[in-house]
Amino acid sequence: MENGAPESWVIDNHKDGLFRVHRRTFTDPHVLALEKERVFAQCWLYAGHESEIPNPGDFRTRQVAGRPVILVRGTDGQVRVLLNTCTHRGAQVCREKSGTTKTFQCAYHAWTYNNQGELVGVPGEDAYSEAFDRRQLGLVTAPRTESYRGFVFVSFNPAMENLVSYLAGAREYLDLVCDQSENGMEIISGTQLYSMRANWKLLVENSIDGYHALPTHKRYFLEFLPDTGVEVQRMRIAGTAKSLGNGHAVIANPEIPFGRPVADWIPAWGEAKKAEIEAMYQKLIARFGAEHAYNIAKVSRNLLIFPNLIINDIMSVTVRTFFPLAPDYIEISAWALAPKEESPENRVLRLDNFLTFLGPGGFATPDDVEMLEACQRGYANVREVEWSDISRGMTRQAPLASDELQMQVFWRRWNELITGSRPARVREAA
Amino acid sequence: MATIAAQPVQGISREQIEDFLYYEAALLDEWRLDEWLELLTEDASYYVPSTDMPDGDHRTTLFLIADDALRLRSRVRQLMGKSAHAETPRSRTRRMISNVRIRGVEGETIQVTANFVVYRMRYELVDTYVGRYEYTLVQRDGTLKIRERRAILDLEALRPHGKVSIIL
Repeated sequence: MENGAPESWVIDNHKDGLFRVHRRTFTDPHVLALEKERVFAQCWLYAGHESEIPNPGDFRTRQVAGRPVILVRGTDGQVRVLLNTCTHRGAQVCREKSGTTKTFQCAYHAWTYNNQGELVGVPGEDAYSEAFDRRQLGLVTAPRTESYRGFVFVSFNPAMENLVSYLAGAREYLDLVCDQSENGMEIISGTQLYSMRANWKLLVENSIDGYHALPTHKRYFLEFLPDTGVEVQRMRIAGTAKSLGNGHAVIANPEIPFGRPVADWIPAWGEAKKAEIEAMYQKLIARFGAEHAYNIAKVSRNLLIFPNLIINDIMSVTVRTFFPLAPDYIEISAWALAPKEESPENRVLRLDNFLTFLGPGGFATPDDVEMLEACQRGYANVREVEWSDISRGMTRQAPLASDELQMQVFWRRWNELITGSRPARVREAA
Repeated sequence: MATIAAQPVQGISREQIEDFLYYEAALLDEWRLDEWLELLTEDASYYVPSTDMPDGDHRTTLFLIADDALRLRSRVRQLMGKSAHAETPRSRTRRMISNVRIRGVEGETIQVTANFVVYRMRYELVDTYVGRYEYTLVQRDGTLKIRERRAILDLEALRPHGKVSIIL
């Protein structure tokens, strides 16, 4: 490979049960350039949730894979992801973070687009030739936009396979989140916008890593939880890990005693809540049967949708996505997801439960940031210490959540895309 | 609630409030967090709203921090121990507090706002937190206590900070 790169980025040795990743994958700008082309310009990427723009004309601006976009619901009711650049000379046509509008007018020369992206006004249009056709100069949409149960994804590859096929086995895990509501899930207002001085793939690994939970989050499990009346001595973490295809993976941990607003009661919520949460659970059993209801309500899951969407349905539900600006710096956006019909009282429990663990001011996430930044600093030794080990549990028949199968799944798919050995699947030519 | 208090408000001067806030800042910068807790009422709460919803309500909006008394005390205990990796070893901090204003007095309750800049130094990097405080203080038996403390960041995102691992 170029630039004196190692012969392989990933050592995947089934025979001996060894899995290694070369640390230049975390430090090399050349690798990041390949990732932008072969991963982020191909795969389906999370752009937002339909509940963030509930009414016609509602919009939010953000970045997806480094591109400024407008997530907007047109007057026609359709959700679009418009690339936020004027087709005239390139200025961002929308400079607000959110709002409701019928039109986006570029402040530079006042070209005006409606909220469906069509160019509807060009000052002094009579100065243009007949070849100038404003019907062809609407705001450009992301090449592909598809939704699954409210989650809006884009792909910058026009020929990408459809979203449901891409999601593969991850689809049923999204269902387990969505089935918590009869009326649909919604993003709660308030976004945790933060960052990490570390490579993006470290956050992928960390978000689905059962092995780190106790050492990294000792302050939560051994100091905070006991304060809330949890008998941590009796806590057992007996989760499993599973590959879901296309690089997606999940770890699932039944009955961790931190409480789940839908629907696993804990003593800290008070006796008065017990019957209500139990009734919620019984209703899930009636709707879906005992097994599916148990999986919805009593099992906590850390879900990776390749490459950069994490949905952790644990003591609260967080939706987290991130993008690298440099090999050692990423921007992260995280939201809380909840049933639309949730009572104000339970919404408070949910948000409280979220903040005890999650987010850049919680009792866990700051320590993840700390450890991932410590890894990144450690990689300055990459010339002498080339490989990271991700072999844990590799020969186990049924991998545990505290094993590293889920990371191996990510890295195999990453390696296929980067080396071109199995590129992103595209649709058959029409 | 008065929006401007040009005159000292019944029995308490801005100077007294400033002294109190400067003392609090010194305790936090010196990591004397157990002494800092003594400045709080038993039921004190501490909030840091998300940067995109600075005026949000923590009951309906996702915050960065929304500590009730239990979580706040747990936070201090964690920070004073060795399990909070993000602050082990501890960062250095330096707080600048200014523009202190008494915004209203009702009975024993005093509403105060102030501007802050908090610098956090670690691994030879400097992270700068800029914002304003909203305090609810109570005056009892001649001493001031903090009942509510809200650190509202002017930052548009925690970038490049990545976290709020200290008490802002």
